[in-house]
Amino acid sequence: MATRLQFENSCEVGVFSKLTNAYCLVAIGGSENFYSTFEDELADVIPVVKTSIGGTRIIGRLCAGNKNGLLLPHTTTDQELQHLRNSVPDQVVVQRIEERLSALGNCIACNDHVALTHPDLDKETEEMIADVLGVEVFRQTIAGNILVGSYCAFSNRGGLVHPHTSVEDLDELSTLLQVPLVAGTVNRGSEVIAAGMTVNDWTSFCGSDTTATELSVIESVFKLREAQPSAIVDEMRKSLIDSYV
Amino acid sequence: MAEEAGQFIVRQTRGTVLCCKCGVLITANGPNMCEKCLRSEVDITEGLQKHVIISHCPECNSYLQPPRTWIKAELESKELLTFCVKRLKNLNKVRLVHAEFVWTEPHSKRIKVRLRIQKEILNGFIAEQAYVVEYVQQEHMCESCSRIQANPDQWVANVQLRQHVSHRRTFFYLEQLILKHDAAVHAIKIKQMDHGIDFFFANRSHAVKFVDFIGKVTPVKSRHDKKLVSHDSKSNNQNFKYTFSVEISPICREDLICLPLKVAVGLGNLGPLVICRKVTNSIALLDPLTLRHCFLDADQYWRSSFESLLTSRQLVEYIVLDVEVVSPEVNIGDSRYTLADAQVARVSDFGKNDTIFNIRTHLGHLLSPGDYALGYDLYRANINDMELERYRGLILPEAILIKKSYEEKRQKKRGKPRSWKLKSLNMEVDETRNREEEKKDVEYEEFLRDLEENPELRFNISLYRNRDYQPSIASTADGDVPSVPLEELLADLDLSEDEGGDDMTE
Repeated sequence: MATRLQFENSCEVGVFSKLTNAYCLVAIGGSENFYSTFEDELADVIPVVKTSIGGTRIIGRLCAGNKNGLLLPHTTTDQELQHLRNSVPDQVVVQRIEERLSALGNCIACNDHVALTHPDLDKETEEMIADVLGVEVFRQTIAGNILVGSYCAFSNRGGLVHPHTSVEDLDELSTLLQVPLVAGTVNRGSEVIAAGMTVNDWTSFCGSDTTATELSVIESVFKLREAQPSAIVDEMRKSLIDSYV
Repeated sequence: MAEEAGQFIVRQTRGTVLCCKCGVLITANGPNMCEKCLRSEVDITEGLQKHVIISHCPECNSYLQPPRTWIKAELESKELLTFCVKRLKNLNKVRLVHAEFVWTEPHSKRIKVRLRIQKEILNGFIAEQAYVVEYVQQEHMCESCSRIQANPDQWVANVQLRQHVSHRRTFFYLEQLILKHDAAVHAIKIKQMDHGIDFFFANRSHAVKFVDFIGKVTPVKSRHDKKLVSHDSKSNNQNFKYTFSVEISPICREDLICLPLKVAVGLGNLGPLVICRKVTNSIALLDPLTLRHCFLDADQYWRSSFESLLTSRQLVEYIVLDVEVVSPEVNIGDSRYTLADAQVARVSDFGKNDTIFNIRTHLGHLLSPGDYALGYDLYRANINDMELERYRGLILPEAILIKKSYEEKRQKKRGKPRSWKLKSLNMEVDETRNREEEKKDVEYEEFLRDLEENPELRFNISLYRNRDYQPSIASTADGDVPSVPLEELLADLDLSEDEGGDDMTE
């Protein structure tokens, strides 16, 4: 299911929230509406955490994470770090990294297995991403843009990229990520995909400007219609049980 | 370039996305919308004028270009299109690609123009759109037309052209000059006055221009005055009537002049008896006894304005008995002179007494024994001139010949039409002075004769072919009388109706 919402009259909901398969971060201080929309959708499955990062609300652009871990920029205060460690599930590793490019959300796009990164990231950061998030890291650009985190959004089931991405690039990215990709837009033609939406394996939140056409593209490429949180959690549990047994 | 270097380049195929509004598959563009949705979403003609009111003068078919210029333009003409496009505000914010008229009924008082404009929308994406602007013509008479409608004789500036001489020859010549140069096109009325002509203009600048023109062709002295007609102290507007008084120097061609002592010395002891050879914006003087010549410009003349001693009306006819050339031919300006000793006798004396004058003349190349010549009779003249008396010991010649006379030969041609004609200004004449009319005709005839004899005079004016003239055998026989060669004549523009009718029937 895709949900349309606004953050204080702004449609760039991906900026103010971070959604993964294991937790959801929401900007603090917004109207209660924004938070409660996430709460409605996710509360019985994963924790929804209100937080700020480095005192700002643009948390979606500053941090990167998946079900395995959460990377925070060096601007994050100790208090915020502690709060996040307390709030996210125990198996999620929360790590603050010393990277010059502190808007990690703009520089890193990831799902639970693969990450695309800004070509100029440090070697140490790249290793850290691989370790903390448990992913394979590829330095990539999308339609000539180095801010891969801004211009694409993908989950374990599909992905949406910048509309100007050529067919060849699309093929290459889709081979790297091992998920189907499609070029598209959010928020009535906006090409900054990750700013306009946030997505995990069974749900997505889009800016309220997103048209029905865009919404249907999103739902079909991320396979949200048949997806149920319970199914996925069940699967996760099964594997956990498997490993326990 | 990379390809030439043997580098491998991945081919880039433009991807397709769904239009974000209607879901149609399109190649990705700036706003990621299909053309139709884009058009419904953004209107680049927003804020541009679609209805404009323009002022149109129904009399002269011109349009008001604010603040006060009136532009003459036909419907659907290029000028009108330029005018219409210029009237639109805010058009500098978009790029105009095309403009054309949409046809409307002429009497509908509407002009429609279809404009095609381009404008950048949404990060560098340029949209093009056509729209129609409707101009409503409001009938509003322009200033000049309304003035004509109200009272055609309303003048603002008046040029009073005067010359204080007994004949009108100068004005006949000036009339032709004015016609040739269209100097008085803006005059609303031209009136013949005593010793001159009055020109009336609707605009001060037209009068100033006209005065400038006169100053370029004759030696004049002018002054101007203005009279307050009305004024509005609230808006600080004042209406004046301007009067330009222009006086032409009384010195005419062929006049005999006794130069004042000062002027003669200033010109290198010229004269003092000189004849005026030519008058343009300066006066050309010639000493007939020595063939020395010089020019006096208007400033120099008016500094010490002098009058003529004898004028061309006082010319007396002589018969030449003998000519003896003294010096070779001399070119002065574009005419030639030869100094000669001549024996002449007055025609009036001929057969009555034996008075013969031995004189020196500058017309040696023209005269031969038996010819008639016109000259000033100083022997018999009763001269009462202050300047002349200042020269002590000056011996006056008994006669000074001015030009050869063709009177005898012309007798035969009298009354026959000329092969050419002149145009004339549309001048108002005071009807009360009938007796001057006859004198004027004689003077005009003399003027025409002058034109025939002097190619130099004809140089500046336009002669037209006379259609009524039929060359007769007799006139071709005597080629001695000077006449105007055919190639100098202009064909008059004549749009007669019967010729057009012939074409129609063919």
